[in-house]
Amino acid sequence: MGLNEKPLSTLHEKASYDLGDFEVPTGREEQWRFTPLSRLKGLHNGKAEAAGHVRVDVEAAPEVTVETVGRDDARVGKSFVPSDRVSAQAWTSFEKATVITVPREAVTSEPTVLTLTGSGDGAAYGHIVVKVEPLAEAVLVLDHKGSAVYADNIEFVVGEGASLKVVSVQDWDDDAVHVSHHHAQLAKDATFRSFVVTLGGDLVRLSPNVSYTAPGGDADMSGVYFVDAGQHLEHRLLVDHSQPNCKSNVDYRGALQGEDAHAVWIGDVIIRVEAEGTDTYELNRNLILTDGARADSVPNLEILTGEVAGAGHASASGRLDDEHIFYLQARGIPYDEARRLVIRGFLGQLVEKIEVAEIRERVLGALEAELAR
Amino acid sequence: MATLEIRDLHVAVEDKEILRGVNLTVQSGKTHAIMGPNGSGKSTLAYAIAGHPKYTITGGQVLLDGVDLLELSVDERARAGLFLAMQYPVEVPGVSVSNFLRSAVTAVRGEAPKLREFAKDLKNGMDALSIDGAFAQRNLNEGFSGGEKKRHEILQMELLKPKIAVLDETDSGLDVDALRVVSEGINRFRASGDTGVLLITHYTRILRYVKPDFVHVFAGGRIVEEGGPELAEKLEAEGYEQYTKASL
Ligand SMILES: Nc1ncnc2c1ncn2[C@@H]1O[C@H](COP(=O)(O)OP(=O)(O)OP(=O)(O)O)[C@@H](O)[C@H]1O
Ligand SMILES: [Mg+2]
Repeated sequence: MGLNEKPLSTLHEKASYDLGDFEVPTGREEQWRFTPLSRLKGLHNGKAEAAGHVRVDVEAAPEVTVETVGRDDARVGKSFVPSDRVSAQAWTSFEKATVITVPREAVTSEPTVLTLTGSGDGAAYGHIVVKVEPLAEAVLVLDHKGSAVYADNIEFVVGEGASLKVVSVQDWDDDAVHVSHHHAQLAKDATFRSFVVTLGGDLVRLSPNVSYTAPGGDADMSGVYFVDAGQHLEHRLLVDHSQPNCKSNVDYRGALQGEDAHAVWIGDVIIRVEAEGTDTYELNRNLILTDGARADSVPNLEILTGEVAGAGHASASGRLDDEHIFYLQARGIPYDEARRLVIRGFLGQLVEKIEVAEIRERVLGALEAELAR
Repeated sequence: MATLEIRDLHVAVEDKEILRGVNLTVQSGKTHAIMGPNGSGKSTLAYAIAGHPKYTITGGQVLLDGVDLLELSVDERARAGLFLAMQYPVEVPGVSVSNFLRSAVTAVRGEAPKLREFAKDLKNGMDALSIDGAFAQRNLNEGFSGGEKKRHEILQMELLKPKIAVLDETDSGLDVDALRVVSEGINRFRASGDTGVLLITHYTRILRYVKPDFVHVFAGGRIVEEGGPELAEKLEAEGYEQYTKASL
């Protein structure tokens, strides 16, 4: 089991659109100390040649509009400023952005599915903006597959009283490298639900961030990951409570097996002075299935106001419980299947939270396939 | 016709010898009660037969119809026809009762039951044990009361139809109604075919519903006395003192 050190404050981290403002990380920085930089294939030091390709296919709900726009489009880059070198690299290097707009008061009749398929040698950079206008409701699926060295920024701009549910599946080929930033910005009384499923890829480093522009925002971010031998799957959450009476809930669960399977989970929650009445909880649990696998889990809550409605965090990593396996085996269920049932149960409890049946089944299917390997 | 034969069984837990030579033969059609003081090794016997990894067999044999159970994995023992109703059934988060039962029935029968048939069997089984249908969707034993857990153990036994069932204090913690319901379940199971029951208990009250053919007194890790149903009455009146003294 990994370290449980308190990270340094994320409050004063640098943010800039200019790549030159970020030094090339050495691996000693708090932000980078868990990530094996040598496996980033140059995404962090400017040496990656932009010869790869990630195709974006969109199956859109009839109510939404989909556009491919240039860097100069006014809607791009409004909701965030890059806060690490790879995010800034992606911002600097992407050529076309996909902009998805859910018009005011529209309630989408089906999920909008974006399939991102990687191919070719070399790096690729992407940018997606999802704009949910006031009082609209939408469900979005991001499906990542293929082989890629890919860095991207995704903006989720959720308008007043609007609701966005996102499922992002990272099921890349074994050699893929993906460094991604999700930036959710919630207006007054906006609801944001994010469900991350990370299964495939050599190195995936996903940073879901949430910020609030007005009171009443409600963010729920869940994730499941399954780390096999040699994989590095890292999730870095940051919820910045800068407005009063907003909510956030984070629940990530992972299972790890095999030599050098490495999971990293960082959960930073900041409750600023002005964010009175904040209600937040974050949780990470890891199931270590074999020797040689390692989970680093670092929750960090910075509370700068005395007036919170609730604030807590927890982190636990442990082995499969022998008593569970024994009980199932004592009913005739073979060991491998008993183990699968328990792991599926552990991760599946979280998946049950997905309200859209079609997407829930899809995620369960992906997990099932992973467990059957 | 099935026979469970326990021959000179010695079992240790963390290098401490708990069972010190247990001999017992259970034949189908017969019900054996085992009674004995706390800590005498009754659960150890039950778990060791089922193959719990915590217990180390240091000597002896356990044969089910001539097959050495001790050579088999836990699940193989169950598929061979052994069932253990546990004293403290564990809670398994995220695994639903119906999913678990379907997996278990599939494993024990060697083929998946037809969905409709299974649903019907499950419903009938639950009804007979006064278990609310909603339990099928709940996580296995999670948040169940003590009595609810025990009923589910009996439900599993009835669905899996083992040759020999070991019931470890299935009567403990049951209220009068639950005791009756559970006893009826055990009696249905006994009547359903050629099955043997090894019933571990502290109380004669269940033995009024589930009539044993034999009663064994367990003390200090072995059987110290055997008799018919009248022995249970004697134990209730006199306690275990004479046996615990003798075994020390
Ligand atoms: N892990 C362990 N380490 C040491 N001793 C143990 C361990 N597990 C069980 N024992 C001991 O083994 C003995 C037998 O325990 P067992 O549970 O078999 O008793 P029992 O007859 O079922 O008692 P009860 O009537 O209370 O259920 C007890 O003295 C118990 O403390
Ligand atoms: Mg006991």
